[in-house]
Amino acid sequence: MQSDNWFLYEVFIRSKNGMAHKHAGSVHAQDAETAILSARDLYTRRGEASSLWIIRSKDIIASDPAESGELYDPADDKIYRHPTFYSVPDGVKNM
Amino acid sequence: MNSSPNFIGAMIPAKPETNFVLRCADNAMILGQRLSEMCGHAPELELDLALTNISLDLIGQAGLLYDHVQTLEKLAPNADVLALTRDQNAYLNCLLVAQPNVDFAHIVLRQYLFSTFQKRQYEALLSSSDETLAAIAEKSLKEIAYHIRFAKDWVLRLGDGTEDSHERMADALDCLWRYSGELFEKDSVLAAAIDAGLLTDFTDKYEAWQIEVVALLAEATLTPPDDTHMLKGGYQGHQEDHLGHILTDMQYMQLKYPSLQW
Repeated sequence: MQSDNWFLYEVFIRSKNGMAHKHAGSVHAQDAETAILSARDLYTRRGEASSLWIIRSKDIIASDPAESGELYDPADDKIYRHPTFYSVPDGVKNM
Repeated sequence: MNSSPNFIGAMIPAKPETNFVLRCADNAMILGQRLSEMCGHAPELELDLALTNISLDLIGQAGLLYDHVQTLEKLAPNADVLALTRDQNAYLNCLLVAQPNVDFAHIVLRQYLFSTFQKRQYEALLSSSDETLAAIAEKSLKEIAYHIRFAKDWVLRLGDGTEDSHERMADALDCLWRYSGELFEKDSVLAAAIDAGLLTDFTDKYEAWQIEVVALLAEATLTPPDDTHMLKGGYQGHQEDHLGHILTDMQYMQLKYPSLQW
């Protein structure tokens, strides 16, 4: 029963305070309130979340896949930008 | 009468406290079972999961309550046998929870009426002389708050929605309102449980409940029918045939394979 009244929303969940919200998937809903409820029902059933963000999928501005060559390839050979030459101190949990 | 330990049949608890807890357990179990019928049949995948989540919350509450009944009065070898092998008239749920899933309007209105009542009933258990029962109520109240939020939102949305959705909500209200009187009825069992300190008297919240519900319905452009003859008797085991249909499904496995374990 897909109709003009159902919109696609993207769902972001944060597993605990201090972490970033991560994309979890999408839901169909009529508006923001039902989208939050549906997102809660679909994506937090196993205790995954302490916070939820949702946004209308159409409001996301995405880069053009056709331009991925010029956008991302130049970073491929610049290994000196990776902090892999440092050792991580014991006790640091989230990097 | 079959008196094997794997079959309870017509037995009803002797103590009013046990009887009351069994009512709470049966309310949660039967509504949970009703909602589980919607698995795979809701109008949208999102709603399918929402309804089955609520169903699982309720069946979880029922599990805790049946276990607790067993500690108050050992009616059966285990909670499964207690939950699943009674005769129709030994189930002590209110009539509302067994009402059929006619359409989505019936489902959300039934949930709204029940959950707003259940909230008041469980709040009355928070200061119970029975600490386990108070703990079960406290845990369940968080789930109930969500059930109310979900159901209320849909009652508003559909009542004050399209012509079709409004008509369906109005039909559901005509059909279900007559079961709301039983929720707050104080019979001798409930009165004895209150006297025993098992819970405070929530029946004096009936008027406040009606005011809250009627206001929400008004916001949803709905009006309860006038002069409704309230149907009662579920709590005393006088069940309608709707329950029989639920039991046919619900009891099948336990009766076919007595003492089965998952």
